[in-house]
Amino acid sequence: MLDAGDDHTALAAGAGLASSLSGAAPGPRALAVQAIDMTKRFPGVLANDHVSFEAAPGEVHALLGENGAGKTTLCNLLMGLYRPDEGKLFIEGKPARFRSPKDAQDAGIFMVHQHLRLVESMTVAENVVLGAAGARQLRFSPRAVEKAVAEAAARFQMSVDPAARIWQLSLGQRQRVEVLKALCRGARILILDEPTAVLTPQEADQLFSSVRDMAAAGRTVIFISHKLPEVLAVAERVTVLRHGRSVTTVPTAGTGADDLAGLMVGREVSLAPTARVAHEPGPAVLELAGVCARGDLGTEALKDITLQVRAGEILGIAGVSGNGQRELAEVITGLRPTTAGTIRIGGARLAAGGPRAAIDLGVAYVPEDRMGTAIAPDLSIAENLMLKSYRGKARGWGPVLSRRKAIANAQEMMARFDVRAPGPTTLVRQLSGGNIQKVVLARELSCQPRLVVAASPTRGLDVGATQYVRRVLAGTAAAGVGVVMVSEDLDEIFELSDRIAVFYAGRVVGTLKATEADRHRVGLMMAGAT
Amino acid sequence: MTGPLRIERRLDAPGWLKVVVPLASLVLAAIIVAILLLATGHNPLSTYHQMYSAAITADGALSSSFVYATPLLFTGLCAAFAFRMRTWNIGGEGQLYMGAVGASATGLVLGHWPAPLVIIAMVVGGALAGMLWAEIPALLRAYLRTNEILTSLMLNYVAGFVVYYLIYDSGSYWRDLTTPGASVFPTGKTLGPHANWPGITIGSFTLPLGFVLGLGLAVGLFLLVRSTRYGFEMRVMGDAPRAADYSGIRTKRKILSVMAISGGIAGVAGSSQIGDFGHVLDPRGLEQAQYGYTGIVVAALALYNPLAVVLVSLLIGGLTNAGFALEGPSFPTGLVGTMEGIILFTVLGGEILARYRLSWRRRPAPATGTTS
Repeated sequence: MLDAGDDHTALAAGAGLASSLSGAAPGPRALAVQAIDMTKRFPGVLANDHVSFEAAPGEVHALLGENGAGKTTLCNLLMGLYRPDEGKLFIEGKPARFRSPKDAQDAGIFMVHQHLRLVESMTVAENVVLGAAGARQLRFSPRAVEKAVAEAAARFQMSVDPAARIWQLSLGQRQRVEVLKALCRGARILILDEPTAVLTPQEADQLFSSVRDMAAAGRTVIFISHKLPEVLAVAERVTVLRHGRSVTTVPTAGTGADDLAGLMVGREVSLAPTARVAHEPGPAVLELAGVCARGDLGTEALKDITLQVRAGEILGIAGVSGNGQRELAEVITGLRPTTAGTIRIGGARLAAGGPRAAIDLGVAYVPEDRMGTAIAPDLSIAENLMLKSYRGKARGWGPVLSRRKAIANAQEMMARFDVRAPGPTTLVRQLSGGNIQKVVLARELSCQPRLVVAASPTRGLDVGATQYVRRVLAGTAAAGVGVVMVSEDLDEIFELSDRIAVFYAGRVVGTLKATEADRHRVGLMMAGAT
Repeated sequence: MTGPLRIERRLDAPGWLKVVVPLASLVLAAIIVAILLLATGHNPLSTYHQMYSAAITADGALSSSFVYATPLLFTGLCAAFAFRMRTWNIGGEGQLYMGAVGASATGLVLGHWPAPLVIIAMVVGGALAGMLWAEIPALLRAYLRTNEILTSLMLNYVAGFVVYYLIYDSGSYWRDLTTPGASVFPTGKTLGPHANWPGITIGSFTLPLGFVLGLGLAVGLFLLVRSTRYGFEMRVMGDAPRAADYSGIRTKRKILSVMAISGGIAGVAGSSQIGDFGHVLDPRGLEQAQYGYTGIVVAALALYNPLAVVLVSLLIGGLTNAGFALEGPSFPTGLVGTMEGIILFTVLGGEILARYRLSWRRRPAPATGTTS
């Protein structure tokens, strides 16, 4: 994306800054991060088993691995959230023993978490100052901070209005605020945890170019991901983690996606798209006519939506996050009241009054918000599997639930959906994202639905789990179930959908047959062009 | 923000802490109290022995400890049950007052019935009154999304005023207007003999009927939460409210019914106060005891587990009993209160220590490269 000339000037510009920072670093060639044999044990689990990697100043270094491979634990070790049981960590050549994130931040390490940590009612500038090490001495002057934020934003091409309040910003913009916050507070080493999960393809490209600018300015960026193409696009070197061990570190130049996938999973994998069997769709299972609904802030989020999904068909809902897709899913599943229009499921009108009506009509829902909505994290796998069926006769006698039956059902489901966990009584919070999603799918599909609403069903999942989820959705459609799939991942939309409806500003901009759609056209429609 | 002492959440709390911390807290409490006693000129060992004897071994001491534990058992269950679903019913105090009003009303009106029926009527009357009082914050929470902590707390004071009004400021049904003594100082009507709850006597030890009731309730609530559809819904709602909506649980009704049960339990605490012990609606006695608030402490120490509430209420009941026995000319009430406070404080503090980590910072780090 950057041509050689740009790269060169950026490096030159960065050199000045690097030298201004080098007062803190002992030698000119000291590594920014050097982790040697980092080991962290949890009861029964070896989360990090002698993990080693190193990143030079100005390097973009990717940590690649499936969910549960130990990426998050490693970051928590770097950030001082955990203390290592064994191993050494050197930051800019000096041994580091962090006791809290504060210590790590004092050493110049900042992390942008997957779940952003901003105060929504405050402005961008206020969020940047909040918690800064010198906040008290700074004597907060909004204008000065706004200026500093604007400068940093301009330098790293991350346009954002410093006086805007967080709740007014899109997820992509909020993420930029998190990055700017770290930069303004003196981050020399920046950890980005799955940063593209909340971005559109265009926003992701923008982020990558900002990341390259930061690296050119002497900052070290540690980029955590399980998405192969973006790792290849942005990083110079990749450390692959598998089962808590660092398998190897390879330069991205000359390495292919298949090679990395093989290292990550530990066997040869094919990245072939999920096959869809062509077949004739059946009668309509979902009909929306003129549906309107309000969003969380009381503004109109859905405007006059008319859609149809037939049995055996996958309707992909494309659009930039926040254009009404979530509200659509919630309206169909009864979680959000409509203000106008009708919804029919299998010909029967969906009555107002909560999700139970939709559940009874055979609507299964795989929500986007996995941890808070789809599951109760502190309950066991067996209990989460009966979250929708616990009212049924098969689950117990009268008011009493049968524990034995719940366990038996869970064992069967776990085998059928390949949920990997110590047992049915394991708490769901202890599972990896992929296994949690399998629990959700197992529960939703075992209710014999006639319509499945899946919102970002593969967000945050690793390669293996993503392919598994897509196969299951394709198989569900092949079995004659209607599927509505909301996704911000256009590849996913194109791979699975029979038809694609594009959302913009709460409206359906257009509906295309997947065979007739192309990415460019859909991309334009996502931006509002009809 | 960068003070010398820092509190950090433990991400990886080791399992042994759960056993060691409560024991260590008790030992620590004993040591601190010993220092306090030495400083005030008392012998710690003889004081501890005196406490032990006053709570357990002395004649009638154990019965007396159970008397103090009984109301705490109910109010502890009231709080523990609601808190389990993260519905913060702080209104046990007021619900207890109203329960006492309801139970004394039924006991007075139906006093001529056979004793077992009167007792049942008093339990039902107290429970209903407590339930109705708890439904006020419950309805506000479910339909207007008000904070139940504030509303239920405020209603405690309202309930207090209601009880005072009934006895001191009005010619209500509950007030004794006939006996000569009552014209000098206002009191409630004393309940008839059928309304006196019998204790269960084993040798010299008497167990209040209320405690037996509470014990049954504790077992029942434990099973309700653990193995019924109702309890399953409660646990889902407590753990993940959005998941509860998503799974089709009718969350508003659930708040109403859980608060009703919680308030009903506190109401029975009021029934037991009337039937087991007081036999008269006594506003001052109820208010001074503060059983509702202590019940919150009981529930917290029991980690909202109904069976653990039984043990904790006995511990605190025994401590209270021992405290009263210690009081005397050379041993002021304030010292007893301080001792009890230290013991509860260390046990609660220990709980927090098990979940968080304290560390001393060697030196506040100088502010390094901030806003450019």
